Amino acid sequence: MPKEEFVLKGTSACPGCSASLALRYVLKAAGPDTVLIVPACCTSVVQGMYPNTAVNVPVVNVGFATAGASASGMSNALRALGKKTNVVVYAGDGGTLDIGIQALSGALERGTDFLYVCYDNEAYGNTGMQRSGGTPLGAKTTTTPLGKPEVKKDIERIVAAHEPPFMATACAAYPQDLFRKVKKALSIRGPSFIHVLAPCPPGWRYPTEKSVEIGKLAVKSGVWVLYEREYGQLAISSPSRTALKNPIPLEEYLAPQGRFAGIDPKTLDILKQRIAKNLQRLAREESGVC
Amino acid sequence: MSVRRRLAMSRPTEGAAGRTGSWRVFLPVIDRERCNQCGLCQMYCPEGAIDEDLNIDLNFCKGCGICANECPKKAIEMVREDR
Repeated sequence: MPKEEFVLKGTSACPGCSASLALRYVLKAAGPDTVLIVPACCTSVVQGMYPNTAVNVPVVNVGFATAGASASGMSNALRALGKKTNVVVYAGDGGTLDIGIQALSGALERGTDFLYVCYDNEAYGNTGMQRSGGTPLGAKTTTTPLGKPEVKKDIERIVAAHEPPFMATACAAYPQDLFRKVKKALSIRGPSFIHVLAPCPPGWRYPTEKSVEIGKLAVKSGVWVLYEREYGQLAISSPSRTALKNPIPLEEYLAPQGRFAGIDPKTLDILKQRIAKNLQRLAREESGVC
Repeated sequence: MSVRRRLAMSRPTEGAAGRTGSWRVFLPVIDRERCNQCGLCQMYCPEGAIDEDLNIDLNFCKGCGICANECPKKAIEMVREDR
């Protein structure tokens, strides 16, 4: 693991922010020859105030809906100049699952040589925790005070339908796994996508010191499965493989989070069924049944 | 003046949002007797405020407490800070 830091100390991220933890490792893996493209999201605030910036690589701040399109242009321009600079998009779940989805879809379809990292805190955290397409069923946000009645949008299957050469899921609580996946994604030519779960202390309503713990609980309970799909071949990553031999009950993941306080048993049951179904589907795909 | 100087460009600096250490309510204190130098605190610090020798930069530590929570030896204690 390189010692050089590309996110300098003194960012304006909230204490215990796992998105800035994930960004540290994404940039460590990408190295200094990188251009970071950031649509409107927490990271565009984390950079700090003019005339200073906390990110030690060139950053392009673009409009909410244009991350994929900007990356396409940037990547093609750099390749035309004969440069091998990594183009990395670092976007939140709002800019990926909701507003930026058509630009992402377009960039994947065009086969742009770039890496799209979506850090998912499951709501619009920057503007005050409004519901997004990434908010899971039953989670309270400021616009769904009784819990979200709809299920989380499955962006991974949408991206998988574009058949990119490499896609993966990661979690900010497993930095080494994230580092390895970013390295691998950047070594492959063509579009790649990494979906990172980033627990958010003020939004998910838990104390700041539990950020990493909650991320680990998400993986251990099977809510979040770490895997990678390389040229269509799925491989479940080792933290998930170990955890899923003996998964912890879902309640252990939900209990520390204020956004799931008072969740009704019916919703809990649906959540459990969906997790079981997802695990089954991934296991089947890995063994090559479908 | 060169074009580069005239452009409104942000430059990478430590403390782009000021001395974020002033946000802190609880201060991490490392017990060096218990510490086994595993480096997990350094790995999990979202701020990157812990260096290779596991010294915490108190100018920028926001006091989130992830280091204390993840320490396998429970060598870091969070104490309320007097200001």
